[in-house]
Amino acid sequence: LADYAVLVDSDAPSAPDRPNSVVNDFSIQVGTVNGSGSQTANTVLMRSIFQMGIPVSGKNLFPSNIAGLPTWFTIRVSKDGYIGRRRDNEFLVAMNAETAVEDVKKLMPGAAVVYDEPLKLNAIRDDLHFYPVPFDKLVAPVCPEARLRKLVRNMIYDGVVAWLLDIDLEEMRKALVKQFGARKAKAADLNWGAVLAGHRFAAENLTKTDPYKVQRMDRTSGKIIIDGNTAAALGCVFAGVTVLTWYPITPSSSLAEALIGYLGRLRTDKETGKATYAVVQAEDELAAVGMVIGASWAGARAMTCTSGPGISLMSEFVGFGYYAEIPAVIFDVQRVGPSTGLPTRTMQGDMLKNALLSHGDCRHPVLFPSSPEECFSMAMDAFNLAERFHTPVFVNSDLDLGMNNWMADPFEYPAEPIDRGKVLDAEDLKRLGGFARYKDVDGDGVGWRTLPGTDHPAGSYFTRGSGHNENAKYTERDDDYVRNMDRLAAKFESIRHAVPKPERSDGPPGSIGILCCGTSRYASQESQAQLAADFGVETGYLRVRAFPFGDDVVDFVDRHERIYVIDQNRDAQLFTLVKMDLDPERIAKLRSVRYYSGLPIDARSITDDIARQEGL
Amino acid sequence: VSTATSTPPPKKLNIIQLDMSSYRGSKSTLCAGCGHNAITERVTEAFWEMGVEPWQVMKFSGIGCSAKTPAYFLSSSHGINAVHGRAPTVATGAIVANRTLPSIVVTGDGDTASIGIGHFVHMLRRNLPLVYIIENNGVYGLTKGQFSATADVGSTLKTGTPNDLQPIDCCLLGIELGATFVARSFSGDKRQLSAILKAALAHKGLAVIDVISPCVTFNDHVGSTRSYAYMKDHEEPLHELDFIPGYEDISVEFDEGSTTEVRLHDGSRLRLKKLDRDYDPRDRMLAVRTINEAAQTGEVVTGVLYIQTEAPTLVDRLNMTDEPLSTLPEARVRPSREALAQIMDDFR
Repeated sequence: LADYAVLVDSDAPSAPDRPNSVVNDFSIQVGTVNGSGSQTANTVLMRSIFQMGIPVSGKNLFPSNIAGLPTWFTIRVSKDGYIGRRRDNEFLVAMNAETAVEDVKKLMPGAAVVYDEPLKLNAIRDDLHFYPVPFDKLVAPVCPEARLRKLVRNMIYDGVVAWLLDIDLEEMRKALVKQFGARKAKAADLNWGAVLAGHRFAAENLTKTDPYKVQRMDRTSGKIIIDGNTAAALGCVFAGVTVLTWYPITPSSSLAEALIGYLGRLRTDKETGKATYAVVQAEDELAAVGMVIGASWAGARAMTCTSGPGISLMSEFVGFGYYAEIPAVIFDVQRVGPSTGLPTRTMQGDMLKNALLSHGDCRHPVLFPSSPEECFSMAMDAFNLAERFHTPVFVNSDLDLGMNNWMADPFEYPAEPIDRGKVLDAEDLKRLGGFARYKDVDGDGVGWRTLPGTDHPAGSYFTRGSGHNENAKYTERDDDYVRNMDRLAAKFESIRHAVPKPERSDGPPGSIGILCCGTSRYASQESQAQLAADFGVETGYLRVRAFPFGDDVVDFVDRHERIYVIDQNRDAQLFTLVKMDLDPERIAKLRSVRYYSGLPIDARSITDDIARQEGL
Repeated sequence: VSTATSTPPPKKLNIIQLDMSSYRGSKSTLCAGCGHNAITERVTEAFWEMGVEPWQVMKFSGIGCSAKTPAYFLSSSHGINAVHGRAPTVATGAIVANRTLPSIVVTGDGDTASIGIGHFVHMLRRNLPLVYIIENNGVYGLTKGQFSATADVGSTLKTGTPNDLQPIDCCLLGIELGATFVARSFSGDKRQLSAILKAALAHKGLAVIDVISPCVTFNDHVGSTRSYAYMKDHEEPLHELDFIPGYEDISVEFDEGSTTEVRLHDGSRLRLKKLDRDYDPRDRMLAVRTINEAAQTGEVVTGVLYIQTEAPTLVDRLNMTDEPLSTLPEARVRPSREALAQIMDDFR
């Protein structure tokens, strides 16, 4: 990579500035074929802009397929730091013959298109800026090995786009080196050649006519880029997870795989070479959660991760965990249902289901991370809650958060020690003489438990999913049943005060409020700005971070005229959960905004819907 | 004189100085004469004779009559009566959480051969170290007498309805898929079942024991192949079993022509004395052939069908620390502040 300076500085002038430049505020969409190695080119492009200090977000829209189907990657560049999806893209890189025509037709007038020359896309419309690039001709000289050309070809558009948008090539080089790592220096060299070929071609052959460009800022220093699944995996490691069981399912597999990687690296005893953890790939999701229940019952910090179809299978065991009061941590990286649905698209589809999963009366705490930072910190919260309250806890991430790359602040080392909850050991038992597993001795609805292997004859109890009394004995008596269910309800009230509090900022008196959770955060906050700018409407904002909701929600409803509950599902699942906690008068103030295309929700969709409902 | 008569005889103690009462559970609520009750008795005795600390044992079950039985033995050990067919999953989790505790699963044929067969076969594949008992009566008792998947072709319900589907043989599955100790017995065969249970407790690895256990209420009639009468006529033991625990230093001579001795992991020995035929339970192909041939003639071969003492278990394969994961202190499970800082640098 050494001759970069010579090649770039002497031969390749940057694109000239235009008077009406749109700087650091547009979206780039790259349409490619799944399996063509475009992910590397896209990541390098995104990182280059990030390294120039400009807020970016990247979203990969990919098919449920190993190779051959269309895939799109969208990079949003936002000087204001908005990192939600935008409805429109200003800059298209059309590499996929199959979708190029449709992709071009969808563009707003004035957008720019870099395309593979033989596709002749410039014939379709006359209100766009077209940049034809002969990719095949350019790739041959920089990549003598024909079988690699399909992969290297994509790096050429990075060079072309760098010239067109005025991306600092040195940043692109650094991004590329980081992407390939020191061990793949040869591959990095090859790809860098392709970037330079693209850049040189653009400089020598294209005339920039579109207004889009980037300009160095200082809004990303100190930040990291990471996907939510990796963040969650790290959270679990630092939460002291000891048992992971899982069954592969998109989009949660990368959480398990990242966790397995970090466990191997960080949790192998240096002296003995032995693991302080166990990972079992289960035969199905029923088994995965059954193993978590067994491991947690025996005292491990155990977790599994899955998505909607897996949750459906886990239903029976989760009810068992609730009733027999066994900790479990379940990460649900939500995808589009019902049924197999759209496995590679995003949805907040398991909100109601997870909160109430299983037959009979069940209620479960559900955490809603919105960012990699929260994927990390809520892993800790989830384990602590599960062990403190002896109950299954869900962490509802989604595909958008889990599988896309996000800018984030570096994660903070946990401030609190690990909370293993109420456990009696042999010493306690010597003192107490015995215990009643399901007796509410502390007034919080949570009994004390013992772990198998406690070295005391009075340490045991029998765990069952059938009717049981305070002493964990079998019972079918109605009074025993009612007392137990009432205690479980009281325990859930204790949980209400222990879960993460919402993020909240009230609007001025008389204003409307927006209530959302998880990744709806970004579009919701951007919509607040749009409502203010376009209609002069000030709004309050509350993002719940966990179910059950606390007093904050009630208070927020009281302080606003109407509350728009944002859902990324058809049936207003968050709305319905909120309703469960409110009296009829407050419920009457709720309105619903729903988005369920499988793409992450965008601000304009929220703004348009609120404007319509408000009659603006 | 009067005081002498009221003094109870001294209780018999086992090697860790506990009497049998320390190994008992609550009173059975199953039908009088249920085969399961006899199995509970044998399990209780086996733990006592082996001198296992009862509070160090983990008990697991699914759903059904069999699933109730862990409450009827070892009341001072932790037990978990989980969901139907899925005890193997709970046991897998618990065993990886605490590798140091002996574990026993009691299931029925509904649990193992139907609703939980997926978990059963994967437990076999993993060679999960525990004793897995199938209380096999060919019928669903708690739901009042429907066929289970282990019922023989032609065996009839109380109503006279014959079963026309092939039975699933859990022992064949066990041998085929990775269990390292596979036995079949009969709840009424006290001596044999007792020896098998003790050997299973001494075995390092998965011991699957299919025990024919007649349901006196729904499957003990003429026409049933799981009745006491049928078993009396058709049980064919492969060998006479003797179990010599590791703590007993007995070196009684035995005839190597007629007796095979298998040394178990903990130093115990299992002696298999030849009856009508030559049978070496270390021969996997022979085991499969013997079970299949017996099925043709309606005989029920019992005894230790297969044993393999060297295969690695799931716990071996996981390469875990020797101490239980469940009680590792925070310092061992939460990496350092520096480790996190270093990882964060990777993402900058």
